[in-house]
Amino acid sequence: MDDMFSQASRCLAITKKDIRIYYLRGPVIIFGILIPLFFFFAYSVGRNIPKEFLFSGLLGITLFFGSTSVSPMIFPWEARMKTLERLISSPLLIETILLGDMLASFIFGITITTIPLLVGMVVGLNISSFLVLILGIVLAGLCFSALGLLFSVPPSSMPSSIMLLSNLVKFPLLFISGIIIPLEKMPVWGRTLASISPLTYFVDLMRGTFQGANYYSIFHNLISLILFSIAFLAIAIIGHKRTLEKRLYS
Amino acid sequence: MVVDHISFQIEKGKLFGFLGPNGAGKTTTLRMMTGIIKPDSGSVSIMGYDIQRDTLKAKQIMGIVPETNGYYSDLSAWDNIMFMAEIYGVSRKRAKKLAEELLEKTGLIERKDQKVSRFSQGMKRRLVLAMAFINDPEVLFLDEPTSGLDVKSRQFIMEIVKEFSVTGGTVFMTTHDIKEANWLCDQIAIINKGKIIAVDTPSKLKRQIRNLQAVEVSFSTDVNPEELKSINKVAIVKKIDGKIKLYTDEPGSVVEGVVGYAVSRGLKITHLATLSPSLEDVFLEITKGESNNG
Repeated sequence: MDDMFSQASRCLAITKKDIRIYYLRGPVIIFGILIPLFFFFAYSVGRNIPKEFLFSGLLGITLFFGSTSVSPMIFPWEARMKTLERLISSPLLIETILLGDMLASFIFGITITTIPLLVGMVVGLNISSFLVLILGIVLAGLCFSALGLLFSVPPSSMPSSIMLLSNLVKFPLLFISGIIIPLEKMPVWGRTLASISPLTYFVDLMRGTFQGANYYSIFHNLISLILFSIAFLAIAIIGHKRTLEKRLYS
Repeated sequence: MVVDHISFQIEKGKLFGFLGPNGAGKTTTLRMMTGIIKPDSGSVSIMGYDIQRDTLKAKQIMGIVPETNGYYSDLSAWDNIMFMAEIYGVSRKRAKKLAEELLEKTGLIERKDQKVSRFSQGMKRRLVLAMAFINDPEVLFLDEPTSGLDVKSRQFIMEIVKEFSVTGGTVFMTTHDIKEANWLCDQIAIINKGKIIAVDTPSKLKRQIRNLQAVEVSFSTDVNPEELKSINKVAIVKKIDGKIKLYTDEPGSVVEGVVGYAVSRGLKITHLATLSPSLEDVFLEITKGESNNG
């Protein structure tokens, strides 16, 4: 038990370090806000779409990109700078390092997401349940952060390679998620495809909260996010343990 | 295979040098000992803790000075050392006190709030050394700690390491600097091509290579070195910088032979000395033997 508490406090030290070194940087914060805004305007300008539909998409994109923007790069970057080796030689479990990275990514994602949420509230967005809204944002934040860890499993010490890989996965997951075409208007094969994107469940949850127009039940969406989170985290931990030695020599 | 069936013990409180050429397997051995990589077979025990089974406990009592970096350039010296304290679970109050002491000792206290990216190479190494002491380690692991440093920084680091050992700390240090190993270490292992080929104290290692002992002589007039080959027990004769070096495993007999030679020819001896092999001679001799065998 003592070990668990001591690892938990060391995990927070990793989180704090990540936030200071990787997240609290002008370009990271600006891009965290600009990229979702860019998508938002590219999609919404000139089209007559209800603001509830638009904001559920904007929150989804912001949280998705915010939580997966930096975390995939931390492991390759630290391997390259040889700080990863220093962390591994200290009394930290690999799980502690990964959870610390995930928590930093979660905090950044959630913080960035509050900006469009506040804007939405200012423009009169109707929120039917704050509990579901907060629960949804928290679970999706954890889920996307765990996905970010998964992207860095390949033992590359080149952050650019990992960024390429993560974008190759992130963009398709975004396009199939029901942000652009609502789930109920998709053909069956489209909905089947959408079900493999964790973003689908968050966006659907937000539509339910803002418009009452969710396709899946709230329970279905929340459980899906939990299951995706567990799966991503478990695979990331197993994967990182397997690739760690290769990464040190890469 | 990088290292193959290596086995050694380090006595508590001793300074153990791991000497070998580049690519011999020094860093790999250190990485196995510090739990960074797992050996295919075998075990490592640090103060009774098995590095595979009691990993966290073993790592908790280690101080690590990696070969490269090991610090965050974007953080200040103070933040680096405090971060290290946090991941070693040192209480904040104790960490602050220790950090100040260590930064003072390593001469970095004046620049503690400066980003490490602005530090010189020597300052960075001193910081890494300070970071290694933040958890009051019982065992210190250093990977080529003075490599690429100027004489002053090198001397400074060696003195801190020596002091740690004198006060009861155990040290494992890889190096390819023979002089450094000779000056610092109580015991030295020589590794070449992944195999340990000698483990002993520096003085015993030197004695081990008996035929590298030599008698150095020079005369008032020029002498053909070949003539000295006839002296009993002389193995090899070399003329270096005007002095004649007679390699032997019995320097006493050779000295007598040299004096007899000088008297019989009416020569005046201007210089006569017996020479022990340097650690460098030992290293070259041992690794040469290994290369020939390989």
